[in-house]
Amino acid sequence: MNAATDTNVRMITGPEATNMALDEALAADPHVLVFGEDVADGQGGGIVHGTKGLSAKYGDLRVRSTPISEQAILGAAVGAAVAGMRPVAEIMLMNFLTVGMDQLVNHAAKIRFMSGGQTGVPLTIRTMSGAGGGFGGQHSDMLEAWLAHVPGLKVVVPSDPTEWKGLLTACIFDDNPCVFIESTMMVMSGMKTPAPEPGYSIPLGKANVARVGTDVSVIGYGRPIADVHSLAERLGREGISVEVIDLRTIAPLDMKTVLASVAKTKRAVIVHEAVRSFGVGAEIAAHINEDLFGQLAAPVRRVASKNTPVPYSSTLEKAFMWSEANLESAVRSTLTGK
Amino acid sequence: MQTGQSIAEGPTSSGVSHYTTAVGEPDRATLVDIFTRATLIRLCGNRFASVIRSGRIAAPYYSPRGQEIVSAAMGVALNSDDYMITIYRGLHDHLAKGVPLRELWAEYAGRATGSCKGKGGPMHITHPASGVVVTTGIVGSGIPIANGLGWASLVREDGKVTVTSFGDGASNIGAFHEGLNLASLWKLPVIFLCQNNRYAEHTSYELGTASPTIAGRSTSYSMPGVRVNGNDPVEMWKACRVAIDRARAGEGPTLIEAMTFRFDGHVFGDSGDYIPKEEYAEALANDPVPAFRKSLLEGGLAAEEELAAIEADIEARITDAVEFALASPYPEDSELRLDVLLEEVEP
Repeated sequence: MNAATDTNVRMITGPEATNMALDEALAADPHVLVFGEDVADGQGGGIVHGTKGLSAKYGDLRVRSTPISEQAILGAAVGAAVAGMRPVAEIMLMNFLTVGMDQLVNHAAKIRFMSGGQTGVPLTIRTMSGAGGGFGGQHSDMLEAWLAHVPGLKVVVPSDPTEWKGLLTACIFDDNPCVFIESTMMVMSGMKTPAPEPGYSIPLGKANVARVGTDVSVIGYGRPIADVHSLAERLGREGISVEVIDLRTIAPLDMKTVLASVAKTKRAVIVHEAVRSFGVGAEIAAHINEDLFGQLAAPVRRVASKNTPVPYSSTLEKAFMWSEANLESAVRSTLTGK
Repeated sequence: MQTGQSIAEGPTSSGVSHYTTAVGEPDRATLVDIFTRATLIRLCGNRFASVIRSGRIAAPYYSPRGQEIVSAAMGVALNSDDYMITIYRGLHDHLAKGVPLRELWAEYAGRATGSCKGKGGPMHITHPASGVVVTTGIVGSGIPIANGLGWASLVREDGKVTVTSFGDGASNIGAFHEGLNLASLWKLPVIFLCQNNRYAEHTSYELGTASPTIAGRSTSYSMPGVRVNGNDPVEMWKACRVAIDRARAGEGPTLIEAMTFRFDGHVFGDSGDYIPKEEYAEALANDPVPAFRKSLLEGGLAAEEELAAIEADIEARITDAVEFALASPYPEDSELRLDVLLEEVEP
């Protein structure tokens, strides 16, 4: 991003993006409520300080810390949303979502449909995950495919802090239940990108052609996008033109943008942090097969993490995770047929 | 009829807290209203059973027969815009809260004119105009949802009370404990109405619940809990009024354990073989709707003609609703595109 080199541009981290989006939403709409474990200032304003200062500014009734009680948190989010509020609940880490999955899958996702449209559930669940930090099997899973498999949920994964702000704002003001998946490693690495203008919002359900290219389409989302950009830059110097599609929203999936790109490049590589089996990559590959069979110059490739629980040992974790090297070899093989 | 003395003094089971607030006796109009709603539930349930048996409607039916007074008393005690969250065995709560018969029957029949356009069915009846905002098919799940509605009422200062209705089996699910804990911490205007009908699916209270009472579990969450005879309209109504007054006054949640019984098993067609014959016979001898009718007559609170007229009117309204439902069209297949999200989807 060119703006990153301009010293006048304020740069923000992921948690700062969270704070901007929530602060704006709380100020703009009295229906917005923020809650979760340790989110109030008395408890530190969130484990990575994404909610710092908000309870002081908007009061303890609207910005509340909760007990470690995921069913209670998600259930209260559903109820408040049914009552017409816009709750933004934090489930600290994505694996903890499994404890309250009933509320998300059986209630948030289905209440609008089962009520024949009489009641809606305009809630946002913020959560965080991703391997690479040595947190082992229960603090690192990327479970977006589980959620995307449930009709009625929107699933959103930002690829940098600027996108984070814009997509989180869109989730909060969307009238459907949204799960917003933040990257632990993006937070731990201190990644910064330019702060957007106030009110910045990115439409949900629309993929971003993040880099235009002609030889191969690389389709991804979330944290890997930064690495996809650096690979594209490197391959570009060899004369290989990579188109980068940042999905932004996993559900609803914007296959229109993906198919237009692959129809042009005739080659597709899909990358995600989540394990390969039954993942988002498989869904996209199936769509490409259904729509573009016969037009492809190479089989669709998937680059993903291995199909095991996330291991602890740094060497094993590295072996488990998708890597830029895997991605590079997949891209090259689609180009050479080897 | 019991006078509700046990409420004023509090239940005797150890660990169950006592009420501190007093409410007066229900007046005649209140009692007749409870009778009318209970009769509506009883007669509507009877008609469902006969229509399902005849094959004109194929629906999973979780009969509330035997639990009518619990809901009728709560329905009378609440305002129409108070929120109700109930469960798959929810017909009594739906009717007591005011869900219209035509929309209810059409939803059971899966028709486009149903309260949920035929997309929810008996286990998910929703009718926000009556305050019935969620009906869940998952045991215990309504409990944490009620807290969100209660929280919204605190933020808006709208004075509404939320009741979440569930069975004795639900008190063994984690959601019950998480929900009561948060409600108490946040002093939410929520009433946890446990309708203890003695059986969780086919398992008796004693085989499934380690605590002597469910009301007693409230003490773990610093919340008043009362065990009442849910089949006694006066006792039940008073318990509801006390809890509602507390909630509206900002004093927080209450757990009510309403003792009752379920005559038609878990789901329609259940033989009920797991219920001892003596227990069933004793419950049937105290069938609450006929008992209430008798007490109204014997107490000189209503004349036979008045009650017969109420019953005849209800039968006529049910007949109208059945005819309306069966004459209504099924939903168009294009409904699959609607209400998955707010915006139309390509399914």
